[in-house]
Amino acid sequence: MSEYKKIMKDNIWYNNPVFIQILGICSALAVTNNLINTLIMTIAVSLVTAFSSFTVSTIKSLIPRKVRMIIQTLIISFYVIIVDIILRAYMPGISKALGPYVGLIITNCIIMGRAEGFAQSNKPIISFWDGFTSGIGYLVVLIAVAFFRELLGFGTLFGYRVLPEGFISWTIMLMAPSAFFMLAIFIWIAKGYMLRKEAK
Amino acid sequence: MAPQISPFILFFASIFTSNILLANFLGMCSFISVSKDITSSNGLGMAVTLVMTITTALNWIVYNKIIIPFGLEYLRYIVFIIVIAAVVQILEMLIDRISPNLYMSLGIFLPLITVNCAILGVSLFMQLRYYTLIQSVFYGLGSGLGWWLAIMALAAIRKKVDKSPNVPPALKGPGITLIIIGIMAMAFIGFSGMLNVQ
Repeated sequence: MSEYKKIMKDNIWYNNPVFIQILGICSALAVTNNLINTLIMTIAVSLVTAFSSFTVSTIKSLIPRKVRMIIQTLIISFYVIIVDIILRAYMPGISKALGPYVGLIITNCIIMGRAEGFAQSNKPIISFWDGFTSGIGYLVVLIAVAFFRELLGFGTLFGYRVLPEGFISWTIMLMAPSAFFMLAIFIWIAKGYMLRKEAK
Repeated sequence: MAPQISPFILFFASIFTSNILLANFLGMCSFISVSKDITSSNGLGMAVTLVMTITTALNWIVYNKIIIPFGLEYLRYIVFIIVIAAVVQILEMLIDRISPNLYMSLGIFLPLITVNCAILGVSLFMQLRYYTLIQSVFYGLGSGLGWWLAIMALAAIRKKVDKSPNVPPALKGPGITLIIIGIMAMAFIGFSGMLNVQ
């Protein structure tokens, strides 16, 4: 059991895919100006990562080494298509707001990274867990970024007004640059904390 | 329904105002990891522009002439990614055969491109906005050039900043790079209002 716990700790904090490895921020930054979209997007990514790691690990002995990248991509696209169909059927509004970014989960580097780096050499169940916790690590960071962007940009959280009416919203928070700044600040705080802990 | 935009406007807009990287956040992974070095950035930028132009055109043809007539829209992600992977594979072999020198400078970056979100992103945007073939080609070319411009600019800035002793230790590396990209994105927003594509 301790192995599972260690993987979880690594993926969520010590080796977080977003702020330590700087992976998968492509499709991510664009959806973080709204908490609901971010939540749906990150859950979708977690599930796709978990299931594609599981599949890759299950059939790893059948895949010739030379074509493994393309097979992995196909496995990932398969799960992304399922997610896309589910979103379009049950949450058409969110599916429209996310636009092409659902499809871009295919090229999210975290999923490929976990499939190649972990699932290739481990058993299916633990690969599933590794993929899932990596997704959770991604979820945590993005939710933190989205929280501040939505709060300061619209004055709302999950669509509910929390700041008083008189609050002048920061338009910059809704635009592209703030996503970079917020993530940079997050990295700054997290790394600063780690460095200080190391020094002790 | 194709939007009524001149391909040239689309071309310039995709370089500046709706830069695929700074406005749509696509292709960040390789953007951050490769921009440490100007020569590699140049090679990758060239490769991205080439592949993006070719795949956008091919994907347009495949989507409008094969996928739509057969009613297979839900398969588009898989089809797009296969087309991109195939083009990258063929280009790699062709360039190796025709110009070994170019292969040396481009070759190592070509496989990286299959998983570059910007390439898939341009194909998806092209399809979502119903561009015509000509518009798609100009959009692909413009986005590639815009990406190339952005990575060269970032590589040049990073060369100076990475040597600076004033960066706080926790912000070194990716942190400061993200801040630079944020400032660049603000600068590119300054172009908006000149042209607009949607």
